[in-house]
Amino acid sequence: MRRPFVLRHPSVLVFLALLALFTLGVTLLSEGMGLGLISTSFVKTLGKTLCLCLIAVAMDLVWGYCGILSLGHFAFFGLGGYMIGMWLMYERTKGIVLDSLVNAPLPPTPEEVRAAIGTQIFGVVGGSEIPVIWTFADSLLVQLALVVLVPGLLALVFGWLAFRSRVTGVYLSILTQAMTLALSLYLFQNDSGLRGNNGLSGLQNVPGLLHLPQSVVSIGFFWASALALGLAYVLAAWLVSGKFGSVVRGIRDDEARVRFLGYDVEAYKLTVFTLTAVLAALAGALYYPQAGIINPAEIAPIASIYLAVWVAIGGRGRLYGAVIGAAFVSLLSSWFTGGGAPPIDLGVYTVQWTDWWLVLLGLSFVAVTLFAPKGIGGLVDLVLPGRVPDRHGADLGPGQGALREAEQARTEDGK
Amino acid sequence: MGHLLRLCALALLFALPLSRPAAADLQTVLQENAEDVIRASRRTVEDVLAALLADNDPALPAFLEQWRGRNVYVREADGLFLYVEEIDRETYRLLDIVTRAEIGTAGRREVSQLRPNSGVQGVIASALVEFQLRDPDPARRGAALDAIARNPEAGQLGPLGRAAEAETDPALAARGARLVTFLTIAFADETADRVAAIQSLSGDLSLDARAALNPLLTTRLVLAEGEDPPAGNVAAEVRPGSETLSWEAAYEMLVQAGRAPAQVSDADRNAALVANLAEGRVAGVAVASLNTEAARDAAYAALAAEGIVPPRQTEAERRATAAGAHYFLVYTEADPAVTAAAEQALGAIELRVALNQVLDLSLDALSLASIYFLAAIGLAITFGVMGVINMAHGEFIMMGAYTGYVVQLFVPDYTLSILIALPLAFAVTFAAGVAMERLVIRWLYNRPLETLLATFGISIALQQLAKNIFGTQARPLTSPGWLDGAWVLNDIVSISYIRIAIFGLGVLFFVLLLLILNRTRLGLEVRAVTQNPRMAASMGINPDRINMLTFGLGSGIAGIAGVAIGLYAKVTSEMGADYIVQSFMTVVVGGVGNIWGTLLGATLIGSLQKGIEWFNPSNTLAAQTYMILFIILFIQFRPKGIIALKGRAAGE
Repeated sequence: MRRPFVLRHPSVLVFLALLALFTLGVTLLSEGMGLGLISTSFVKTLGKTLCLCLIAVAMDLVWGYCGILSLGHFAFFGLGGYMIGMWLMYERTKGIVLDSLVNAPLPPTPEEVRAAIGTQIFGVVGGSEIPVIWTFADSLLVQLALVVLVPGLLALVFGWLAFRSRVTGVYLSILTQAMTLALSLYLFQNDSGLRGNNGLSGLQNVPGLLHLPQSVVSIGFFWASALALGLAYVLAAWLVSGKFGSVVRGIRDDEARVRFLGYDVEAYKLTVFTLTAVLAALAGALYYPQAGIINPAEIAPIASIYLAVWVAIGGRGRLYGAVIGAAFVSLLSSWFTGGGAPPIDLGVYTVQWTDWWLVLLGLSFVAVTLFAPKGIGGLVDLVLPGRVPDRHGADLGPGQGALREAEQARTEDGK
Repeated sequence: MGHLLRLCALALLFALPLSRPAAADLQTVLQENAEDVIRASRRTVEDVLAALLADNDPALPAFLEQWRGRNVYVREADGLFLYVEEIDRETYRLLDIVTRAEIGTAGRREVSQLRPNSGVQGVIASALVEFQLRDPDPARRGAALDAIARNPEAGQLGPLGRAAEAETDPALAARGARLVTFLTIAFADETADRVAAIQSLSGDLSLDARAALNPLLTTRLVLAEGEDPPAGNVAAEVRPGSETLSWEAAYEMLVQAGRAPAQVSDADRNAALVANLAEGRVAGVAVASLNTEAARDAAYAALAAEGIVPPRQTEAERRATAAGAHYFLVYTEADPAVTAAAEQALGAIELRVALNQVLDLSLDALSLASIYFLAAIGLAITFGVMGVINMAHGEFIMMGAYTGYVVQLFVPDYTLSILIALPLAFAVTFAAGVAMERLVIRWLYNRPLETLLATFGISIALQQLAKNIFGTQARPLTSPGWLDGAWVLNDIVSISYIRIAIFGLGVLFFVLLLLILNRTRLGLEVRAVTQNPRMAASMGINPDRINMLTFGLGSGIAGIAGVAIGLYAKVTSEMGADYIVQSFMTVVVGGVGNIWGTLLGATLIGSLQKGIEWFNPSNTLAAQTYMILFIILFIQFRPKGIIALKGRAAGE
C-alpha cells in the first residue's frame, strides 16, 4: 500500500512548516501588523525574495530535473510583471485622471478619459495614443489571465520550435539566451508600446487599496508570495515524485534512451518548459508590485544567468536547494551591495564590498561548481543518515549532461 | 539684349593679353567719362567699365573695390578722382588713385563722395569677380570659386564662364566648369542652355549636383478655382486623403479660400457648451448627462438649431466638401522644359545613387561581419573545436582592449603602441586562457552546462575587477594618425580606414588559423583530439597539452580582437558582454567546429543586421531584435549551422 504523499516526502512538510513559521514571524514583527521590528521596506525585500525563490523552484524543475539549462526564464518573469503592471499603471492613472477632471465644467466622456490616460502614461515616450496591447488594461481579470497566457504561449511556441528540431544542451541554452535578449531589446524601443526604457512605474500603488498604508499592503503581498511559493513547491514536489518525475529525470540523464523506450520526449520537455514559464510569470506578477517599477533591463540575459547561479549554489535537483540558493544569494547580495557589509582594511588597500562583492560571487560560484556540485543543499546529506554507494562517480548515462552515480543517489528526495 | 552685347564686348576686351602696356592713365580715362562715373546708373556704368577695362591700368582692381565701397571722392575744384584719409573731422588728406601718393589736403566741403547705388555696385562687383578669377595666384582663384559656390548670383555667370575657359590650372578649370553648369541651371536666360546643363548632370552622384537639381522640382499645393488646373507649371493633381495632402489640410485650404465654413473642433464644441451653460442645463439637456461624445454632439446640434452657435460639420461632411474640390501641385520653376529635364536627370541620378547605396551597404555589412568574425573566431576554436563553452570569452576581448589602453599610457607613439599592443594582448589573454583551462575547465570537460556556469562566474568576476581597476567610464584607445579618415569613392560610398584595417586583420587571422589547423603538426593534433581524445591519446598525443594550447590560442585571438574593436568602439568593462551573445550566434549559425562556418556565419549575421537596419535606419534595437528572431528560426531549419560536420567528426 502506498503511503500518503507527505509521508513519502517529509521534506515537503518540513519546508511548508518552516515557510509558515517564517511568514507568521515576519508578520508579527512587521510595522503593519505587529511589533514594528521589521521595516516596511525590508518586508518588501523579503516578499520579493520569496518570489525569487518561486522562480528558482521553476528553474530547478526545468534545469535540475529536466536537464534544460534555460537562460531565458527571467523573460517570462518580466512578462508576468509587465502584464500585471499594465493593469496597475492604467487603473492608477485612471484614478488620477478622474480626480483631476472632477471639477471640469462638463462631465468627462470615456474618450476624454482615455486620451488623458494616454497622455499621462505615454507622454514620456512622445506618444499619447494607447497602444493596442493595452486594450484589456482596464480589466483586472483579463490582465491576470494574460499573466499566465502571454508567457505561457511564448514558452509553448518557443519550446515547440526548439524541441521539435532537437536543439539540446548548450545550443538550447544559447537559444533561450537569444530569446530573452531579443525580448529585452524589443522592449527597450520606445514604440514597443510598453514605455521603452522607462518601463512601468508606480506599481506599488494598488488601485482600490489606496486607503491602506504601504506597511499593510506589503504584508498582503508578502502573504500572497508565501502562499504562491508554498503551492508551487507542493505542485513541483508532487510532479517530480510520480511517474512523470521519473520520465523527466530519465530525459535529463539520457534523452535518447527514454525516446527509444517509447516516451514522447518532446511533449514532456514542452510541458515542463511551459509549466515553469507560467510559474516564473506568476512570480514576476507578485514581484513587481512589491518592487514598484519594471523596465526592460530586468529581463536582460544576465538576470536569467543569475537565476542559474542561485539554483546551482543552492543545489540543483532538489527543490529546497533552489529555495535556499535564491534566498541566500539574493539576500547576501543585497546585504553586500547595499553597503551592509563592513569594509575590510588590508593596510595598503581597503576592500569595499560594493566593489568587490561581484568578484567574490563569481569566484565562489566557480568554487561551488568545481568542489561542491551539490551546492548548499548538499549539506543536508551530511546530517541525514544513509550511505551512498561509491561507484567511483561513473556517469549514469552516456550523455554528456548525465548525472554521476554519487550525485544521483542524493538528489532523490527523502530516500 | 544690349546688356548681353556689352557683356560680349567685355569678354572681347578680356581676351586681349593682360600685359598690354597702358595706353592711358586711369585718371585720364576716368576724366573722359567723368559725367558717367559721378552719376553712374546701371545702364551707363557698363560703358564706363568697358572703357576702364580697355585701358586696363594695374591700379584698376583696387579702384573698383574702393568705388564699390563708396571710398572714391572727386575734388570740386578740378574734378580729379582721388582717395582720402581723414586727418580730422574737417580736413582730409588726398591720395592719388594710381600711386596712392599724397597730393595735398583739402577741407571736408572741397571734395564730394561718389555714391554708386546698389545696382551699380552689383555691376562693379561682377567685374571684380572677373579680376579675382584671373588673379595670378591659384589659391586666390580657388577662393573666388569657393565664394561663388557659397553664394551664387546671376551676375557671376558671365565672368565665371569666361574665366573658366581661360583657366590654365586643370583642377580649377574643372571646378569652374562645374560651377558654370550649376549657375547656368539656376540663372541662364535661355531654356535650351539650362536644359543642356541639366542633362549634363544626368547620372552625377555628387551631393552638389543633387543640390543644384532639387530646387528646380520644389512644388507648392494650389487649390484650383474649378476643375481646370491653375496657371503655371503644373506637376500633378493630388487627391485629398493622400500622403501629400491629408483630409484636414485639404479642408483647411478650402477654409482659407473662404469656400468652406471654419472647422469646429471638439475643444471648440466643449467651449461653446460651457459658454451656454445655464442653471446646470445646456440647450435643455442636463450637464450631468453630457458624459458621452454623442450626447455632447446632440446638445451642440440643439444650440446650432437655435442659431446660437455655427453649425458643426461631421467628419464625413468635411471629407465630402474636400473631395469636391481640385488640388494641384505646381512647380515653383515656371519652365516645363526645365522641370521635365530635371525630373529625368534626377531619375537617372537616383538609380545610380540606389546602386551605390547598395555598394556602400555591402561595404558596411562586410566591415560589421569582419568585426563579428574577429570576436567570434576565438570562440569558434574553444567552443567549436573543443566543445567548451567559454562565457568569459567577452571578458578576454575586454582584457585585450585594456591591454592596448595600458600600452598607450606608456608608449605615446600610436603606431608603435598598436604594434606592441597586438602581440602583448595575445600574450596576456593566452596566459589567462591557459590559466583558466588548467584551473577550471579541464575538471569539467564532460559537463558542458557546468563549464558554461563556471566560466560565467569568471566572467562576472573579471568584469567587476576591470571596473575596480579602470573605473566605469570609457577609456580611449587611439588609432594611429594614418588610420584616421576614410577611403572615399564618391559622395555615397566611403569606408573608414580603421574598418578596412579590421577587415584586413580578420582575413589575416582566417588564413592564419586555416594554415595552423590544416598544415601544422599542432593543427593535426588538435583535430585528432577534437574527433576522438582517447584514440588520439593512444597515438601518442597528449590531449591535456593540446587542449591547453588550443584554449590559449582561442583566448589569445580574443585579445587581439579586443585591440581591434577597442580602436573603433569605446573600451569599457562591459564591452565584452556586448559581443558575447552575437559571437555565440555567429558560431552556432555558421556551424560548430569549422572556421569556414564561422566566416559564413559572421557574413550572414553582419549583412542581415545591416540589411534590416537599411529598411528601418533609425532603429538599431529593432534590427537586433529581428536578427535574433531570424537566427532562432534559422536554427529550426539548420540546427547544426550552415556547415554541419558529418560522419564521426560530428560526434554526438
